[in-house]
Amino acid sequence: MVSPAAVAPAGPAEGLRRQFPSGVERVTESCGDTIVYLTRESAHEALAWLRDAPGQEFDYLTDVTAVEYRDPELPLEVVYQLRSLSRRVDLRVKIALDPSGPLEVRSVWDLWHGADWLEREAYDMFGIVFRGHPDLRRILMWETYAEGYPLRKDFPLRGHFSRAEQTRQALAANPEAHYSMEELSIAEAYAELPRDMQERLARGERGVVK
Amino acid sequence: MSTRTVEMALSTPGLDAQGNPTLVPLGLGPERPVREGRYDEDFGAEHLLVNIGPQHPATHGVLRLVLELEGETVKRCIPHVGYLHTGFEKLGEYRQYNQLIPLTDRTDYLAPMANNVGVAMAAEKLMGIEITERCRVLRVIACEMSRIISHLVWLGTTGIDLGAYTPFLWSFQERERIYNLQESWTGARLTPSVTRVGGMMADIPDGWEAGLREFCQTFPDTLKEIDTIFTRNAIWIGRTQGVGVLTREEAINYSLSGPMLRASGCDYDVRKDRPYLGYEEYDFDVPVGEHGDIYDRYLVRMEEMRQSNRILEQALDKLRPGPINVSDPRVILPPKSRAMSDMEAMIYHFKQVMEGIKPPAGEAYLGIENPKGELGYYLVSDGTAKPVRWRIRPPAFINLASLPKMCEGSLLSDVIAINASVDIVMGEVDR
Amino acid sequence: MGLVNPATANTRDESGPGSSSVVSIESENFITTRLDFLANWARANSLWPMPFGTACCAIEYMATAASRFDIARFGMERQSFSPRQADVLICAGRVPFKLAPVIRRIWDQMPQPKWCISMGACASTGNVFDNYTIVQGIDTLMPVDVYVPGCPPRPEGLIYGIQLLQKKIAGESITDSQIREEKPVGPDGLYLPARKIDELSEPFGNSVHQTRSSW
Repeated sequence: MVSPAAVAPAGPAEGLRRQFPSGVERVTESCGDTIVYLTRESAHEALAWLRDAPGQEFDYLTDVTAVEYRDPELPLEVVYQLRSLSRRVDLRVKIALDPSGPLEVRSVWDLWHGADWLEREAYDMFGIVFRGHPDLRRILMWETYAEGYPLRKDFPLRGHFSRAEQTRQALAANPEAHYSMEELSIAEAYAELPRDMQERLARGERGVVK
Repeated sequence: MSTRTVEMALSTPGLDAQGNPTLVPLGLGPERPVREGRYDEDFGAEHLLVNIGPQHPATHGVLRLVLELEGETVKRCIPHVGYLHTGFEKLGEYRQYNQLIPLTDRTDYLAPMANNVGVAMAAEKLMGIEITERCRVLRVIACEMSRIISHLVWLGTTGIDLGAYTPFLWSFQERERIYNLQESWTGARLTPSVTRVGGMMADIPDGWEAGLREFCQTFPDTLKEIDTIFTRNAIWIGRTQGVGVLTREEAINYSLSGPMLRASGCDYDVRKDRPYLGYEEYDFDVPVGEHGDIYDRYLVRMEEMRQSNRILEQALDKLRPGPINVSDPRVILPPKSRAMSDMEAMIYHFKQVMEGIKPPAGEAYLGIENPKGELGYYLVSDGTAKPVRWRIRPPAFINLASLPKMCEGSLLSDVIAINASVDIVMGEVDR
Repeated sequence: MGLVNPATANTRDESGPGSSSVVSIESENFITTRLDFLANWARANSLWPMPFGTACCAIEYMATAASRFDIARFGMERQSFSPRQADVLICAGRVPFKLAPVIRRIWDQMPQPKWCISMGACASTGNVFDNYTIVQGIDTLMPVDVYVPGCPPRPEGLIYGIQLLQKKIAGESITDSQIREEKPVGPDGLYLPARKIDELSEPFGNSVHQTRSSW
């Protein structure tokens, strides 16, 4: 990512760089915000350290999202916006992923429960799988949405299908698109479904990555 | 044909030896034996799957809640969102920076001016532009007006959810007065699109300040009337105190912001912690609750409205004549007379109109204190006129994610009250 | 007779599957016109709306129902959130594809006589949201009687739309057998033919250029 400013020498990321010398790829700055690039393998440990270490105390997860650039050479980045409420400091942490490779990172739900829906949305919009997330399902589109991942750059603005096809798929309204397995287990609703639907659900045809 | 009499033995005779009615245990209390597996022969033991929404008057928009009920107690609450997903972030990649502003009216449509201010400020941060003093004060006025109208909607609709229908009409009548001001300033009641990158769409017309001052003088009286109805009302207190409690640590861990977070005891307010638009020069308090229940959220929002009124009066005193737009030709069109006569101005005009504003490559995140919480805009630019990524950090979405935690163990009617207290707007939740 | 819905004209000439035919009296006469007047007057002045409010238009709808503009004086006293007890579905706000089966089901649950007001530009045509997720006008899902343009329409605009609907109702007649016919979703899963939906949802004007993602 082209960044206009030089590397910030003694900013919020200094302690992180000393603690994880191999995990921190680089530290940049843009418009006054410090950005730390971490490797995929060290990210979870580094984020846990950022949350718990005295002097860091990034106890507030402001946002989890992803960025894909128009230039196909650039990586797809998972972006964490952190804040330390007591120290009044912000930090942006990024993990760069190869857009053609598997889009997988470890979930930070166990560190900040606020990541629950934010990671589900990143999965829904980009197809990034967050390992360790308790319930990774689509959240904004319906669960069996078949057109793809909308915020990817190869996804056209109006979608892949024609309007009639989109309308038809939307009106089809399969219950598995609207009830999760967890919900169907309540009141034994699963047992009351027709057999073919039970088989489809059992095969995992719900758009969910296990 | 013969008739057959079927005798059904009652499980209890109804009266005991002394002639008192015997009470039949329904199996719902703590004396109920814990059993595993299916037991549909035992009344009241099976959990019920109840679907609320997405079309429902009390869900404040198209929110769908799936509840697992044991009797009247909620065991699990699973919200489903996305029924208003409009693809704003995708659309933003195909719009110029000034064209993002009308889109933001439609995300949080209860506080549209605050959204406009947020995205304009994020773009200005990306470009490194300093706005003029008059623009700063007007943006503070816009934000605080938005805070008042958003909290008024919350107040009215929460009242309806809990059974009080009249304050809805009072709060909407107050909103009409703000709508009049918004309309005379921008031309639209609900979708003002009041800012532009580097300035505002237009300056306030004559007599507008007097209209706002009049509002500020009479608004506290309406708040006092609503206060009289709610704050010491036994029904209100009974339904809101101790309901939907979130502790301070939970609230921070769930990334809550705004009144939800402050009612739980954490005093994070972006206006105080990361001041913008000159908020450090205004004299106002930030109410912080301690119990984290619905009643505290109600008190916090009521007090915030009074403080917003205070800020509005101070801002009106601060307002001085001056230019509304920064005179940076990269973002603001040069005056027409110059564009017609001066070559450089004409080229700037041409490039801005044909191509749009082009920030340098880079990225910026800016959070402002929206009425719902911390509204953040994360803009990534690659030097072209349209952003690579426009991320809206939605406070209502993140606040709503804590709904399952708050609803566990509460009663069914509490779910409605807790949902109302989160103060969601589905346009922002789903974007 | 009366106003014709362009979305359904020429596509429902023959009775579709599942349509119920009403007992039709062949020609109008004095009795039927008097009955029409009475029935239409009663219906038009006591329309109970089913407010299907999704987004910003819902807030303007609430403002219209509040004390300043007050649609109760037009007979819409009771906001019926149960579709079974409603007369007119006012779709206020944008409808994404995820919500499409929900609004269709609400429409199917409403008993005849029923009308539909599409409030706002999003419900009428999809508005500025010509993308993968927004239904480009709810007339691709159900028959619409009155379109109220605006983003959002002013409360006066919505009231004008309601008055137009009242005029439309006043022009109805029991001798018209098609008017109260249910128009269900066809066996192909669509309310309108596929090419009609594509034609209605086509971008036009400036919208054609809006998919350029960078200069």
